Amino acid sequence: MLDKNGIARRIAKELKDKYYVNLGIGIPTLVANYIPQGIEVEFQSENGVLGMGPFPYEGEEDADIINAGKQTITTMPGASFFDSATSFGMIRGQHVDLTILGAMEVSENGDIANWKIPGKMVKGMGGAMDLVASAENIIVAMMHTNKAGKSKLLKKCSLPLTGVNCVKKIVTNLALLEVTEKGFKLLERAPGVSVEDIRNATEGNLIVEGNIPEMTLD
Amino acid sequence: MIRKTVADVTEAVAGIKSDMTFMLGGFGLCGIPENIIAALVKSNINGLTCISNNAGVDDFGLGLLLQKKQIKKMISSYVGENDEFERQMLSGELDVELIPQGTLAERCRAAQGGFPAIYTPAGYGTEVAEGKETREFDGKMYVLEHAFKADFAFVKAWKGDEAGNLIFKGTARNFNPCMCGAAKITVAEVEELVPVGTLDPNQVHIPGIFVQRIFQGTDYEKRIEQRTVRSRGVS
Repeated sequence: MLDKNGIARRIAKELKDKYYVNLGIGIPTLVANYIPQGIEVEFQSENGVLGMGPFPYEGEEDADIINAGKQTITTMPGASFFDSATSFGMIRGQHVDLTILGAMEVSENGDIANWKIPGKMVKGMGGAMDLVASAENIIVAMMHTNKAGKSKLLKKCSLPLTGVNCVKKIVTNLALLEVTEKGFKLLERAPGVSVEDIRNATEGNLIVEGNIPEMTLD
Repeated sequence: MIRKTVADVTEAVAGIKSDMTFMLGGFGLCGIPENIIAALVKSNINGLTCISNNAGVDDFGLGLLLQKKQIKKMISSYVGENDEFERQMLSGELDVELIPQGTLAERCRAAQGGFPAIYTPAGYGTEVAEGKETREFDGKMYVLEHAFKADFAFVKAWKGDEAGNLIFKGTARNFNPCMCGAAKITVAEVEELVPVGTLDPNQVHIPGIFVQRIFQGTDYEKRIEQRTVRSRGVS
C-alpha cells in the first residue's frame, strides 16, 4: 500500500519530457518533489508560477513565493510569475499538458466530484472547475476509500460534480487505474496489494485483464 | 506625470462607506493589502461585499473584518482555514458566493478592460452554471459570466512610483493586477514607493492609469500560511 508520498512518486513517473503540469492542492503538490531524472518538465501552480521547484530549505522560505496550497516553495531556473487571469488563460487555453488533482469521488465514466459535501462546510472549488473544464489530460491522486472505508471509485458520483467525463487516470494508495468507456481498468497494483483488495475497495466497474503487475516507484 | 500619491492609509481609503463592494487582491495571505485591511477594520464600516479569492485566517487578512462582522457577503473561490468564517456562514450571518477561480480572475479583468461579460467553460454542467446563460462555440458549451462592479479595488504591490506604476513580486502578484482599474477607485499599497523615473518602464507590470491612489505601507507581517521546508542533505 502507498502513503501520500508514494502516490506522488508513482504519479511522477507519468510525467513526460516537455510537459507543463498543473498540480492541485494536497497530494498533487508532493509530485514536484519526485521529478524523474533526464526529462524536462515545468510545474504550473494556478496562483501564478510556472517552473515551481521543491520546498525551500529551512530558513530560506519566502512569504511571497507560495503554491496554490499556500505552501512555501522554490522556483527552478527559467521560472516565471504571472497574474491569476494569465494563469487561467494557460489552463483554459490548453497550454498546460497535464493536470493532477485530488478528488472525493470519481465515477467509472470519468466524472469528478471534489469540492462540495452537502450539509458540510463548503470551502470552495478553487481552480478545480476551470482545470477540469479545459484540461485534456487529467490524473486524479486520492485514497481508494474514504475515512469510513467506503469506495471513492463509483458507478456514479453521489456528490455535486466538479466536471464531467474528464478524468483519464487515477493513482490511489492501492492501484493505478485508467478510465475507459467500460469502467476502471486496473493497470498496476500498489506494493503488497492484491487484485482482490482492489476489487473489494472499488464500487464502480473494475476491469481486470491478464496479470496485473505490481508497481515500481523508482 | 500625473501624481497619485496620498500621504497615508487614512487618506488612501477616504470615501469608503458601509454597504460598498470592495475587491481585495491576494492569494491566501500572500500579497494582501495589509495596511488597507487594518484601516478598514479601524473604520468600523460594515455591510461590505468583498470580492477576494480567499477570506483570510481567523486573526489575519480578511479574517480581521469577519471577526468584527463588517462583511455581509464574500465572493470567493476558496474559503477554508477560517473558523469564524465557517461559523458566520453556517449561522446565515454571512452570504457566500463561491465561483471558479479562473472565472473570478476573468470577471475582474473584464471590468478592467471594458467587457460587460465573458464566456468560460468552467462550471458548465455543475450548480455554478444554474440560472446562467449558456452558449455553444465549436461544439463545446460555455457559461456567460458578468464583469464585476465594485466601488474600490484594494491591491498590494512590491514597488510603485508616484505615478501609480506598479511592480509585483513572486506569487504575491496573483489577483492584484487583475483588480487594478476594475473598480471605480483603485488604491495600491506598496512596500517601496519610489520617485518617478526610478522604475524602468520596461519592467512595469501595471501602468499608473489603472491606479488612482498609491502609498507606501508599513510594518508588513507577510505571514506564511503553510511553512513547508525540506531538510538539508535530501536533494
